[in-house]
Amino acid sequence: MDALIALLPELLDATFETLYIVALCMLFGGLGGLIVGLGLYVTRAGGLLPNRVVNTVLNVLVNTFRPIPFIIFLAAVQPLARAVVGTGIGDPAIIFSIALAAVFGISRIVEQNLLTVQPGVIEAARSVGAGPWRIIRTLLLPEALGPLILGYAFVFVAIVDMTAVAGFIGGGGLGNFAILYGYRQFEPVVTWAAVIVIILIVQLVQFFANWLARRVLRR
Amino acid sequence: MLLGASAAVLIPRMTKAAPMPIVRLSEVSKSYPPSKRGAAPLLAVDKVSLDIEAGDIFGIIGYSGAGKSTLVRLINALEPVTSGTVEVDGRVISGLRERQLHDVRRGIGMIFQQFNLFNSRTVAGNVEYPLQVAGMPAAERKARVTEMLEFVGLADKARNYPDQLSGGQKQRVGIARALATSPKILLADEATSALDPETTTEVLALLKKVNRELGITIVLITHEMEVIKAVANRVAVMDSGRVIEEGSVFDVFSDPQTDAAKRFVSTVIRAVPEREALEQLRLKHPGRIVTVSFADGGVSQSEVFLEFANHGVTFELVYGGVNEIQGRTFGHLTLALKGDRIDAALAAISRTVSVTEVR
Ligand SMILES: Nc1ncnc2c1ncn2[C@@H]1O[C@H](COP(=O)(O)OP(=O)(O)O)[C@@H](O)[C@H]1O
Ligand SMILES: [Mg+2]
Repeated sequence: MDALIALLPELLDATFETLYIVALCMLFGGLGGLIVGLGLYVTRAGGLLPNRVVNTVLNVLVNTFRPIPFIIFLAAVQPLARAVVGTGIGDPAIIFSIALAAVFGISRIVEQNLLTVQPGVIEAARSVGAGPWRIIRTLLLPEALGPLILGYAFVFVAIVDMTAVAGFIGGGGLGNFAILYGYRQFEPVVTWAAVIVIILIVQLVQFFANWLARRVLRR
Repeated sequence: MLLGASAAVLIPRMTKAAPMPIVRLSEVSKSYPPSKRGAAPLLAVDKVSLDIEAGDIFGIIGYSGAGKSTLVRLINALEPVTSGTVEVDGRVISGLRERQLHDVRRGIGMIFQQFNLFNSRTVAGNVEYPLQVAGMPAAERKARVTEMLEFVGLADKARNYPDQLSGGQKQRVGIARALATSPKILLADEATSALDPETTTEVLALLKKVNRELGITIVLITHEMEVIKAVANRVAVMDSGRVIEEGSVFDVFSDPQTDAAKRFVSTVIRAVPEREALEQLRLKHPGRIVTVSFADGGVSQSEVFLEFANHGVTFELVYGGVNEIQGRTFGHLTLALKGDRIDAALAAISRTVSVTEVR
């Protein structure tokens, strides 16, 4: 317990670092996933911008990368991370790797949530002369917003989980904190403190997302 | 009868020198790629030619899968034609580019069986959407939304969301949304098929008001003859992608030509007894049975009955009825006859009305 009290400043720093990493991963991965998910959705046969080639390419990409276990994915994309962000280790590499992995996972979640929008609703928008881009912006995304929020909350939890795993390859944050000060120093209390902070973050975000989705869906 | 006789006469309002139909389909076909490789493509609409005059309430009736929805989607180019030409308001729209089609669609409203309202928007937001798409300034939009909601009688629901409305109210929002941009044409694809009979009557009355007060041409898709009978002035019967019969509602109802049309008409009109009913009648009336068909404006029934009396023929009315459509009456009366001079009586009567011996 004393060890934990002594480590409180580090725990606080680690918490903020985790939040920082998660936020950037959500930003890049979330945007990328949204774009790829939209691409999957609109290019389907009978979609807003049907395109067999693009749809097939996106599907193959997603199906190839999504099932790779994250820890292996981390190692595999290290050279790519080095090429893109200039380093294969540390936070930038971690953020790059997680965001990339998230793109593939999120894209399917986005696609599935967009598919919950009734095709008739899209047709109604087409019938008043709205073009595909306008429909995406002003109708498709608002109509799917409730499920999308819940989908992104789910992703948030997965990303927090990934950042903790990434602690093993030198990423900072709560995972790293737990390993460095708890696991290696044989201080289970310290490890558990990190776990509790993670649980708190996850609970808070999920709670907020539920509230927001309920508001959007008005139930 | 479910919806009661409709007395309104719908005369096209826009009388031009040489009336050009507002919608003209010429040899229009639409095929979908086969579901299986190597199979024949599915011909949903097969060489349909149709003129719809401005001011019409034009009904299109057919069984499920006949190609009605596909046909109506060719009119606002939600689906491109495979061959043939579609002209709307004097402009050939088949073959236009997608961008140009956006403008065309703004001139054609559409309502749906499942209403297809936007759940993320309020009632007012739904009606406003086409106006935003059309680029109308916000202040004008607001006024127009209010006007439309008043027209459909939902001004008090402006701030509600669609899931807080009943089916009939939803369809009225659909109508307000479809008409917000003042289109000349309204396409209604099974617009009352998800509604109960009472609400159906309300919505049909509203469509009639739309036609009469705003002069909007309505293309009404349905599988229910009641709906056609209640509001349409012209009707086309579709079967397997083809229009097999077309004419004024009065003509098609009083004298259907094709089997499919006869079947549809028989759902609302008691005309000539079908086989089962006939067998029952035969059991009760071993004598001669005839069907007398009265056309509009022809001989009065009393004259016909008088002829029977003059020839000493007594009769019993065993089947049929008199109908009013578009303010005109017609009917088929099946009579069981008794008397010695039946032939002479029938000869006299058939000079003025059509008489069919039922065998
Ligand atoms: N998008 C589509 N792709 C393939 N076949 C279709 C499509 N839309 C309609 N069809 C087919 O075209 C035929 C006519 O359908 P539809 O126009 O919906 O008929 P209706 O509205 O009279 O019930 C049906 O056999 C239907 O399966
Ligand atoms: Mg249909």
